[in-house]
Amino acid sequence: MDFYRAQVLICGGTGCTSSGATNIIERFEEQIRKNGLDKEVKIVRTGCFGLCEAGPVVIVYPEGTFYSRVRADDVEEIVNEHLIKGRIVQHLVYKDKGHEDEHHLALEEIDFYKKQKRIALRNCGVIDPENIDEYIAFDGYKGLAKALTEMKPEDVIQTVLDSGLRGRGGAGFPTGLKWKFAAASKADQKYMVCNADEGDPGAFMDRSVLEGDPHAVVEAMTIAGYAIGATEGYVYVRAEYPIAVKRLEIAIEQAREYGLLGKNIFGSGFDFDLFVRLGAGAFVCGEETALMASIEGLRGEPRPKPPFPAVKGLFDAPTNINNVETFANIPQIIINGADWFKSIGTEKSTGTKVFALGGKINNTGLVEIPMGTKLREIIFDIGGGIPNGKKFKAVQTGGPSGGCIPSELLDVPIEYDTLTQIGSMMGSGGMIVMDEDNCMVDIARFFLDFTVDESCGKCTPCRIGTKRMLEILERIVKGRGKEGDIEKLEALAKNIKATALCGLGQTAPNPVLSTLQYFRSEYEAHIKEKRCPAHHCQALLNYSITDKCRGCTACVKVCPVAAITGSVKEKHVIDAAKCIKCGSCVEKCRFGAIEKR
Amino acid sequence: MKSIAELEKIRQETLDRVAYRKDSGNETRVVVGMATCGIAAGARPVMLAFMDEIHKRNLKSITVSQTGCIGMCRLEPMVDVIVPGKEKVTYVNLTADMVPRIVTEHIVNGNPVLDYTIGAAGEK
Repeated sequence: MDFYRAQVLICGGTGCTSSGATNIIERFEEQIRKNGLDKEVKIVRTGCFGLCEAGPVVIVYPEGTFYSRVRADDVEEIVNEHLIKGRIVQHLVYKDKGHEDEHHLALEEIDFYKKQKRIALRNCGVIDPENIDEYIAFDGYKGLAKALTEMKPEDVIQTVLDSGLRGRGGAGFPTGLKWKFAAASKADQKYMVCNADEGDPGAFMDRSVLEGDPHAVVEAMTIAGYAIGATEGYVYVRAEYPIAVKRLEIAIEQAREYGLLGKNIFGSGFDFDLFVRLGAGAFVCGEETALMASIEGLRGEPRPKPPFPAVKGLFDAPTNINNVETFANIPQIIINGADWFKSIGTEKSTGTKVFALGGKINNTGLVEIPMGTKLREIIFDIGGGIPNGKKFKAVQTGGPSGGCIPSELLDVPIEYDTLTQIGSMMGSGGMIVMDEDNCMVDIARFFLDFTVDESCGKCTPCRIGTKRMLEILERIVKGRGKEGDIEKLEALAKNIKATALCGLGQTAPNPVLSTLQYFRSEYEAHIKEKRCPAHHCQALLNYSITDKCRGCTACVKVCPVAAITGSVKEKHVIDAAKCIKCGSCVEKCRFGAIEKR
Repeated sequence: MKSIAELEKIRQETLDRVAYRKDSGNETRVVVGMATCGIAAGARPVMLAFMDEIHKRNLKSITVSQTGCIGMCRLEPMVDVIVPGKEKVTYVNLTADMVPRIVTEHIVNGNPVLDYTIGAAGEK
C-alpha cells in the first residue's frame, strides 16, 4: 500500500454528481498528473457528505479542509495553492450562514455537522465505497466475523432485540422481533430482503447509504441471514438510482472475491449470497408484499396480511424484509453491543435517524441525529433556518404517508410515537420545510396527487377514494370549493384509512387530515372567502398595481393577454376580467408595484 | 476469507492509508516549507524522501503536509517535525540524504537530530 501525503475526497453522491463532480474529479486527475503529484496525492471518490446544498464538496486531508461549491475552474487553484504550496484556498472554504467571517477548516466544526451523530452514515463521505479494503479498515465485516464466530443465531437476534432498533423504513416495527418471527419459521429455504425502493418525494437516505457505504448493507444482510437461517438475499433497489446500483454490485462482487459472501464464510459453515433486483419505480413496491411480488416477476401489488412475510414471503418461503437504513445500523450494534446503541436516543426510540432535509431551508442535505432531538434543532441549528428572511410555517415528515407539523409543535422530540401522536409519522425520513408562501391546501393536494398517481388500483378505497378526495382538493384550490367539502374530505379520509388494503392507501389521507387539523382556517378561507392566505393558489389571486408604479410600460409589453393598460409615466391598471394570473408582470416589474392579493 | 486474522490483516494494511480521515490530533506531523523559496531551495526532493522513508519503514499515524514561507528563506528547505506531546523541532538546510537519519533517530526513536536543527544552524 503506497503512502500518500494528501488525499482529496470528492463527493460522488447523486447530488454532487449532478452538480458537476465527475468533471471536477477529471480535472483533479489531470492537474495532479500535470504537476507530477500522482505518487503523493490520492483522489478518492466517496459517497454523500450530507451537505448537498454546498455541493460539489471536496475535502482535502490531512488538514480536513472542507471546500464547498467547487467548480471545475477552481481545481487548478486548489492544486497549485493547497496541494503544491500547502496554502489553503480561503475563498472556497465552506462558511456557515450568518458567520461568514469565520472560516471553518474542518468538517466537524461546521454548524451543520455539530449536532449530528453518524451511525448509519458513518462511512459516507469518509471511505471510497468501491474499495472493500477501506471499508474493512473502518471496522468493516468485523460485526459479521463476531456474529459468525462468537455468537449463536439467537444471540444475534437477542442483541438486536435488546438494542431497541426499530424499522427505519417508517412504521417502526422492532427489528429484533421481526427477525425472531422469521427465525421461528421452519423451512428448508428462507430469504433475506433489503427494501431499497425509496419512493417518498424528497427522500434520499437509502440512496446515500448504498452510494456511500454499500458494504454496510451487504454485511448486515449476511448477519441477518445467519440470525434467521436464510442463505439467500435480495436487494430490491430502484433502477432510478444508477450510482447506488453500480456500487452495490461492485460491493457484492468484492465481498464474493474475499469469501465474505458465498460458501462457508469465516469457516463457520454458514453460506450466504446476495442478488440485486431492480425496481421500475412504482411507489407501491416499497410495500413489502408488493415488493416481494415484484421480485418474483409478478405485478407489484400488495396482498392482505397475514400471512406475514416471516411465515410466507418471497417464493412462499419465510422471509425477512428490512430497510436499507435499518441494515446500516446492524454491524455497529453487533460490534458495540445493545447497551451502546440504547445509550443513544430515547427510551422507546433508540439510536439515530437520518433525515433528508429539503424545501425552504438553507442547508438542504442529509442529517443524522440522535432520536429525541427537537424538530427546531434540526431546522434552525443544523438546517440553518429559512432562506430569504421568510417565516417558518410547517414541516412535512413521512412523505405522502405523513403529515404537516406546525410551528407551535417544533419543540416536540423526534420519536416514532410522538410524531404519530401529533398526526404525522417518522416515515422513511423525508423532511420538507415550508414557509409562509406555501399554501397548506395545495400541499395536501400535491401529496394526494402523488398517491392517486401511485395507487396500484387493486383495492377500491385507494383507487377511487383517493381520487374523489383529490377532486375535492383541486376544486378548493381553484376557488370552486363548496360548503361541506371539508366534512366530505374527513368522511372519505376516515373510510379510506379503515378499509384500504395496504399501507399506501391506509396512510394516503394523512397529509389532508394533518393540514385540516392544524391549518383548517386556510381551507375555510379558500372555500368561504375564495381567498388563499399564502397568496399561492393562482386561481384565487388578484393582481393590482399600486402607487409605486412609475409608468415604465414594462409590464404592458410582457402581458400575454394585453390586460394591462396605461400610458408612459402614469400609473397602469390591470383589467381583472382579462388577466389570466400568469405572474409575468410581477417578475418584470422593477419597482415592486404589482401586488398579488 | 476464512479467518478473522485475514480480515484483521487487511484492516491493518489499509488503516495507515485512511487513518487520518478518522481521527486527528494523535499523529506525528512532518510539515515541509513549500513556498517559492522552499521549492527553489529543493524542498520537493526532501518531502519525497520523507514520504519514501515513511512508506519503507511502514510507519503509522504520520502525516506529511506542507506550509508556506515562515520568513527565514535563507535556511530553506525547512521542515518541522511535531511529535504529539513533545516540542516542535525545526530542521533547516535539509537535503534528501539527511532525511533517513531524521526519520530513524527522531520519529522512530524519539531523539531529535540536533545537528540539523535550527539551533545548530544559528551557532555556525
